[in-house]
Amino acid sequence: MVFCRDVSFGANQDANRGEPGTWAVLVRLRPVAFIAALLVVWQIAVSRLPDQLLPGPIGVARGIGELLRHGLLVKYSVASLFRVTWGFLLAAVTAIPLGLTIGWYRRAELAVNPIAQILRPISPLAWIPIAILLFGVGDLAAIFLIFMGCFFPLLLTAMSAVHNVPAVYVNVGHNFGLSTREFIWRVLYPAVAPQLILGARITLGVAWLVVVAAEMIAVNSGLGFLIIDARNAGNRYDLVIAGMIMIGAIGLLLDLGMRSLEHVKSLRWGYSGD
Amino acid sequence: MGELGLSTKAVAPLPVRSGVKLHLEHVGVVFEGDGKRVPVLEDINLDISEGEFVCLVGPSGCGKSTLLNVMGGFLPPTSGTTTIDGKAVHGPDPRRILVFQEHGVFPWLTVAENIGFGLSGLPRAEREQRIAHYVQLVRLQGFEQSYPSDLSGGMKQRLQVARALAVNPDILYLDEPFGALDSITRLIMRGELLRIWQSEKRTIVFVTHDVDEAVQLADRVVVLSSRPAKIQDILTVDIPHPRNISAPRYLELRDDLLKKIGLAYTA
Repeated sequence: MVFCRDVSFGANQDANRGEPGTWAVLVRLRPVAFIAALLVVWQIAVSRLPDQLLPGPIGVARGIGELLRHGLLVKYSVASLFRVTWGFLLAAVTAIPLGLTIGWYRRAELAVNPIAQILRPISPLAWIPIAILLFGVGDLAAIFLIFMGCFFPLLLTAMSAVHNVPAVYVNVGHNFGLSTREFIWRVLYPAVAPQLILGARITLGVAWLVVVAAEMIAVNSGLGFLIIDARNAGNRYDLVIAGMIMIGAIGLLLDLGMRSLEHVKSLRWGYSGD
Repeated sequence: MGELGLSTKAVAPLPVRSGVKLHLEHVGVVFEGDGKRVPVLEDINLDISEGEFVCLVGPSGCGKSTLLNVMGGFLPPTSGTTTIDGKAVHGPDPRRILVFQEHGVFPWLTVAENIGFGLSGLPRAEREQRIAHYVQLVRLQGFEQSYPSDLSGGMKQRLQVARALAVNPDILYLDEPFGALDSITRLIMRGELLRIWQSEKRTIVFVTHDVDEAVQLADRVVVLSSRPAKIQDILTVDIPHPRNISAPRYLELRDDLLKKIGLAYTA
């Protein structure tokens, strides 16, 4: 699928192509050099404007050091990941089986589709007041918001994944006399797995976006809380940017983890495009 | 062109027929949709013997595949009955496997796992043994651990045939199994199928729109009319395998079949 290729790094592709030797090393270092150049420009720009709050990269690095010393960076990252994990997993274990079932029965789909289409475009953040009303300020409210952000994308992914299962696989499954349980486990599940993983990967990205916003309002820990708290408690923009960098890094690791699943041999057929 | 190696044995006798295997009586199929009734099959009566190789030919869209789906139990007929060994057919059955034109193998399973798909009830040792046997029969040695995405079109079709044969079915239904292959691969596959048929002794019902394919392979060729399809004619191919596809008798039967399908002979 084209989608996966679009987001892959230039560095990986170039490394495959390049010949061994210094040139290859230089090519490999290109993105690093680019980042370094940006940091230098940033530092110069900030040092020329001494009277403003935005820190330079050195200031941010100090901020990260400070957060690490107080143990806050790890603590808040764990808090955010904890909420994302629960919200995402709860959505996955409810939305995927439900979506597969609904997708299998055409009539159920006709009944459910309109409501799913109406609820889907509502930003998960719009649920914040209701989340606080239902659960108060705390972990549950944040988890609820992430759940709402993940549930409908996963439901629709599962529904369309079932639709796209070729009739041939279904017929072969029936021809070999599989029981319903065997059929689900040995035909339906493997046939939808690649699409489900792709959908889950995108949804996990959404969950990571939602948690930051949720933590700014509904709780008092986590990376989102760190950002809003650093600003409110004395305009500590070095800590704001430190939090942003951490969010980016963890988001990238989550995506890489999900993407590594696409290289599993029994799943790879679903991404080859033919 | 000569004999093209359509068989491994130098002289193969016509298969011994022992009684009626599959019996179709007044089978009719009507598709309904948008308030319209489209008759597809009409009053099909046919007996197929044990071990026989029967080809169904007819104009495209005439309902050949529909008839195969009725035989296979995938589609209940609107009227009439299908019986196998005297018992009515109600739904698909692992004793009769349908081989599809394309995309029939599971891309998430290796070659060995595909062949073993219908063998999950067997003890491990026996399953391994059967897989090895059929890997060899369809000449996929060395590809046991490969995934279908690494196989050519012809190899995938051989794999599908192997997966079907592995469960020891008494009838094999093939729905234009070589239709998506290039012409050279198709010729090779016909030879392979004949070799397999002769060594495994199954009843085969084979749908094709290729007149040459039918005359090269079949004991009998069932000619269907255009929709709604009826059996227009049945042609017995009385040439032993391997068939010389430039022999006068072969050409005569081929022309005969072309005429029956309604295609004027073009010199």
